[in-house]
Amino acid sequence: MPSLFYLLLASFLFLPIAPAQARTLQTQTLANGLKVILVEEHKAPVVTIQVWYRAGSRNEVTGKTGLAHLTEHMMFKGTPKYGKGEFSRSIARVGGTENAFTGKDYTAYFENLSADQVGLALNLESDRMTNLLLDTKEFQLEREVVKEERRLRTDDDPQSLVVEHLFATAFLVHPYHAPIIGWMTDLNNLERNDVTAFYKRFYSPNNAILVIVGDIDPKKLLPKIQQTFGKVPKGFPVAPFRIAEPEQTGERRFVIKKEAQLPFVFAGYPVPNFFHPDNYALGVLANILFSGKSSRLYRSLVYEKKLALDIGGDYPNLSANPDLFYIYGVPQPGRTADELEKALYAEIEKLKTEPVTDPELQKAKNQIEAGFIMGQDSNFYRAMQIGIAEAVGAGYAYQESYVENIQKVTKEDLGRAARTYLIEDRRTVGILLPQPRQDKD
Amino acid sequence: MAIRKFQNASGFFIRLLLFGLTVFLSQVASADAAPAGKVSAKRLVTENGMTVVLQEAHSLPVVNIQMIIKAGAVLDPEEKAGLAHLTASLLDEGTATRSSIQIADAIDFIGAELSTRGGDDYASASLRVLKKDLAAGLDLLSDILTRPSFPEPELQRIRQEILGQLIAEKDEPSTVADKAFNQIVFGAHPYHRPTEGTEQTLPTIARADVARFYDQHYRPNNTIMTIVGDITESETVDFLKTYFGSWPQKLIPTATFPPAAGLEKPTVKLIDKDLTQANMILGHLGIDRRNPDYYAVTVMNYILGGGGFASRLMTNLRDNQGLAYSINSHFQAGAFPGSFSVSLQTRNAAAQQAIDGVLAELRKIRTLPVTDRELGETQAYLIGSFPLRMDTSAKIAGLLAQIEYYNLGLDYAERYPKLIGSVTKTDIRRVAQKYLDPDHLALVVVAKQDEAKIREN
Repeated sequence: MPSLFYLLLASFLFLPIAPAQARTLQTQTLANGLKVILVEEHKAPVVTIQVWYRAGSRNEVTGKTGLAHLTEHMMFKGTPKYGKGEFSRSIARVGGTENAFTGKDYTAYFENLSADQVGLALNLESDRMTNLLLDTKEFQLEREVVKEERRLRTDDDPQSLVVEHLFATAFLVHPYHAPIIGWMTDLNNLERNDVTAFYKRFYSPNNAILVIVGDIDPKKLLPKIQQTFGKVPKGFPVAPFRIAEPEQTGERRFVIKKEAQLPFVFAGYPVPNFFHPDNYALGVLANILFSGKSSRLYRSLVYEKKLALDIGGDYPNLSANPDLFYIYGVPQPGRTADELEKALYAEIEKLKTEPVTDPELQKAKNQIEAGFIMGQDSNFYRAMQIGIAEAVGAGYAYQESYVENIQKVTKEDLGRAARTYLIEDRRTVGILLPQPRQDKD
Repeated sequence: MAIRKFQNASGFFIRLLLFGLTVFLSQVASADAAPAGKVSAKRLVTENGMTVVLQEAHSLPVVNIQMIIKAGAVLDPEEKAGLAHLTASLLDEGTATRSSIQIADAIDFIGAELSTRGGDDYASASLRVLKKDLAAGLDLLSDILTRPSFPEPELQRIRQEILGQLIAEKDEPSTVADKAFNQIVFGAHPYHRPTEGTEQTLPTIARADVARFYDQHYRPNNTIMTIVGDITESETVDFLKTYFGSWPQKLIPTATFPPAAGLEKPTVKLIDKDLTQANMILGHLGIDRRNPDYYAVTVMNYILGGGGFASRLMTNLRDNQGLAYSINSHFQAGAFPGSFSVSLQTRNAAAQQAIDGVLAELRKIRTLPVTDRELGETQAYLIGSFPLRMDTSAKIAGLLAQIEYYNLGLDYAERYPKLIGSVTKTDIRRVAQKYLDPDHLALVVVAKQDEAKIREN
């Protein structure tokens, strides 16, 4: 069902496409501006079709947060040709699955289905690219569904509240400030016309990428794409995105007090994205800190010190604009957020002063390379890697050369990146302080 | 990052396989090369009794291995609930020749994925490794399965972690609801217990308990292994000999379980928490996986609430009333009858309206026939989506393990269309009447109760 990506809950890894696979990739841009990327993979008679729009929560304005995600939900509510529910039913009827997700920089729609049904997905997706009904009653109902989604994922999850608050604190100007699901008051105030305007502005072939991976013959498929997506009229040009976050010059901190069992510590550091050469070193740093039971945080804080029940973090290299390198932990019962926070920073400081060992660097590179080879097993995953890279402006070529660039990272690069970016004055920290419940069982 | 209870939907049975000692492998069944997307696996049984299912897949230099060991939490003594799960969690925490740290370093260095989990019906282990590192990966996998040492300090540490997770879970309303629901529905049957044990039982488990449980149940003749990937039959035979050949088989003790009695009257449990949403689960006992009505129930449940956006519950409560983001119904069909349940969340004030909506759908599917269109579309989906259950090597390995565990036969994929396609409208109404009982439901609501105002009768 339509859902949105949460930073912490993203279940996929940002890993690249194998160079060996690149030979089977074909790309073409239609006259209306739609970029088409096709990858042949014949191991099973199935295919994934993904339509990526360069429109996510960063394209919303103050007071209208949640609009990109609500628009995603409305995309399932019918066109004159395929009425409400007909989209999902048509795909299910041929044994397919379909869904969508909204991110900060993009909204993506997908169908996984039998290769001989690819034409159906092309018909349906090209139709709703331009013919959406946007019925007022449906809008009002769906807004209630999204509010339930917000209650489920955020309002009743104290850790999610911390994450939401952290981005709102770290980003003052840039729209990464707002949660993808939107603030509850904004959800209450959104109107059907807001969706109409957002849809008209961003849902056009010239602002989209069509990615298809699977058991396809591009020679036969391209004419079908022309007959469907090729007929969608070109939309307004989308103005370049110009908002940039001013530099942070001192630590920002906040506390959330909620009924909860255990504290939670979440810290973020502004870092460059794929655009900057340091992104490879930051990727390796994230791997060394977070990946596997041999990672530094797990080994030190969970295994040796028995201080953390859970730790983690990530470096989102594929954000359209510079994002946060983040790190989090839940203390073991009986241990404090303060102890855990200090221990997390101690691990980061170590990266600045002591070079990582050769085997440790090699392990990180091996993990990244193995992860990307294993990722080729899934059509859906491969299409996602291409779609994300294209949607955020990195381009699929970035993915193709990712492992090669990771191999070039040196110990010196890691120390320098840690000293440059993972510093106290650029840090934003959120702490969940559990409150005893107001008992009345 | 949330720590959740591992639930499986599979079964448990005990059987001792004794094969001749002259040939290491006996090939029991083999389907010839089938079209892409079909199962074309080979089934072998090793000399020491391990069932092995192999499907070659050479498009990527990767090997996936999935193992099922019939050593699930159902076997736990009541007062030591969590024993099976703890045992599985400790497998990779030390062996006769490797420490926990050495295992973690070795597996991460080759970029492989190695994991073990304890479930209700069985424990599982999986390995995903690059072909070039297969020997190293198998060395580790066989070491943790056949020679674990259960070091006392690691047991203490893992137990502390599980106890910590039990505390953390209290912040997950759906987990709180599910646990309370299982307590009510399963009565004396072991499914009533949390797989990972409780704050009362975990501290009573000693290293000797773990070692004994391991010794009794972790045996090749109690294990299924599926292999999918860039590996040939002869390579498989060689590695089975090298890495698992000396794992001694042993007679597996038989176990009996008290049955789960149905509820005599509707049971409501309200748990008060400071939440914006009421988290609800309602249902009762369901069926086991070997029930001949399994396929008719699958079709019926898809129409009711299993079928994503196509289901009646989703259409009526989400799409037409805006009451929930997520709503589904589920038959957990394992070795023993699991639960039938409907789960949903809605704002506190709408809780009773949502419950009434669910009840109305349960009654409707029992009394009125489903439409031809509903039946046709459901069958088309279930049959047509089968290839998507086999579109990655890891999924194939998991599916083959289920096929073997339930003796479904390596021709299961070919038979599946008939199993689903032969279900009729009459069957659906019959199984709805037989397996849905809206008058004897267990209902658990985790909510801000003074806003939810649930009727308790």
